[in-house]
Amino acid sequence: MAETKRKRRETEANNISDYAIYLENVCKTFSDGVPALSDINLKVKHGEFVFIVGVSGAGKSTLIKLLLRELKADSGTIYVNGFNLMNIKHGRIPKFRRTLGVVFQDFRLLKDRNVYENVAFAQRVAQKSEREIRRNVPGILSLVGLAGKYKAKPKQLAGGEQQRVALARALVNQPKLLLADEPTGNLDLFNTAEIMRLLETVNENGTTVVVVTHNDKLVNDMKKRVVTIKQGMIVSDDENGGYFDED
Amino acid sequence: MKIRTFFYTIEQGVIGVLRNKWFTVATVATISACLFVFGIFSTIAVNVAYIVKNAEQNVSVTVFFDEGISDERIEEIGELIGRRSEVGRYELITAEEAWEDFSEVLGEYADSFTENPLENCANYQIYLNDVTKQSQLVSYLDGVEGIRKINKSDFTADTLTGINMVLVYVFIGIILILFAVSIFLINNTVTMGISVRKEEITIMKYVGATDFFVRAPFVFEAMIIGLIGAAIPMWLLYYLYGIATNLINEKFAFLSFLTFLPAWDIFVYLIPFSLCIGVGIGFVGSFFTVHKHLRV
Ligand SMILES: Nc1ncnc2c1ncn2[C@@H]1O[C@H](COP(=O)(O)OP(=O)(O)OP(=O)(O)O)[C@@H](O)[C@H]1O
Ligand SMILES: [Mg+2]
Repeated sequence: MAETKRKRRETEANNISDYAIYLENVCKTFSDGVPALSDINLKVKHGEFVFIVGVSGAGKSTLIKLLLRELKADSGTIYVNGFNLMNIKHGRIPKFRRTLGVVFQDFRLLKDRNVYENVAFAQRVAQKSEREIRRNVPGILSLVGLAGKYKAKPKQLAGGEQQRVALARALVNQPKLLLADEPTGNLDLFNTAEIMRLLETVNENGTTVVVVTHNDKLVNDMKKRVVTIKQGMIVSDDENGGYFDED
Repeated sequence: MKIRTFFYTIEQGVIGVLRNKWFTVATVATISACLFVFGIFSTIAVNVAYIVKNAEQNVSVTVFFDEGISDERIEEIGELIGRRSEVGRYELITAEEAWEDFSEVLGEYADSFTENPLENCANYQIYLNDVTKQSQLVSYLDGVEGIRKINKSDFTADTLTGINMVLVYVFIGIILILFAVSIFLINNTVTMGISVRKEEITIMKYVGATDFFVRAPFVFEAMIIGLIGAAIPMWLLYYLYGIATNLINEKFAFLSFLTFLPAWDIFVYLIPFSLCIGVGIGFVGSFFTVHKHLRV
């Protein structure tokens, strides 16, 4: 029994490159001593679409931060896009992050720059040439349906549009993995559907997508893999799952 | 570093300088004050050194001998003088030479003298290595047998010896304080800039900016401020130096023994040196701040 379990682990470990996300026995406790995540095991293959759900304070954002290497886990194994985040050198973190795209609930756009510049920003940071930038940015803006508003400042855009700019920025460097922490938390139904449709398109084009959300209706409708976190632990992980019922 | 990162850094640095205008102005002003004081101090110091050096070449002590002194004793006195460390060079002016020189001044009147009226005027003309040591030499010579009279030029030597060391320390003190204030202000400017752009920096980190990429514009910004802060006082000093030296030479004829260095001789060193100091202040003042506040 123990033998087979170990064997299975070995075969899995040998194929870490199959996974966009590979977490084993991951624990994270903040300095106040309350464990935010304990013994997390989560494997996401390249090309998957995964929802992460759970009540407020369950540890969803903490999980995203671990995947971004914004936080470091206390113990366990974390591989993301093949990078071993438990002992990645500080200097290699930027290189790792360029394989990711991130979207947040509050958009986090640069207020003093227009739509085009916000998206181009991600390319500048990744030291892409001006020629590449001029080629890539308009394409990604038309993908999210904002080609006509490239000169607008974030303030002049509706919430849904702002989130699409953020999504364009996350996608412009062609990430292998897209992490979204409540991307539709500030949006109405219509815009939520729009963002979700875009996320699905992105996923169909080969990008792994992980979405944290509170929106039970959305999760139930989309019939994707759903991972539920409760008090820092994964309590269910269903293919074609639904929103985990609290009671 | 890629060339476009270089241009990005420059661009962002310039934007930063313009973004916090008042901090920039305050910091530039302090660095300017610092380097202005420094500039004044060094121009004065360099000129004093120059004038002293000139004076040393011209100022001499003249030693006359007792009447009827033997040629051997004169030679012995010459050797004694030659052994003194203050002495640069010395030469014997014989009574004949003295008369020759003087008769040139007298012209045809000189012919009416049948004897050398300067019989007792043989002397040693002593040029000093270090004018400030003149009194030391004179008191030594006072004790030497066979010396009747010593002529010295009190004015120059006393003036030069009297340059007050206290003043030098005050100057250095002021410069150091201004340096410290400059670095402190640069610190503030950079911290300010970082806090204003906290959000931008966070986003940069999320999309995979390297530490260098995030930090470099702030350091560059501070270096630009340092450079401007150094250029202003240098320009001002260069301009003022010309005016001041002309004024002294024209209006104060009694100071004509002061020969100033030509501006360019000083500023060819002072300008690059100050610009380096300005840029250096910017670099030092920002580098550690940026590292402290951008643990990203
Ligand atoms: N920096 C921190 N320091 C201390 N405790 C923290 C920190 N960040 C999060 N926590 C705690 O960790 C737990 C999980 O927080 P997390 O933000 O991951 O929750 P969440 O599932 O994202 O909640 P929400 O749905 O409200 O966003 C919470 O109890 C929270 O108080
Ligand atoms: Mg959260």
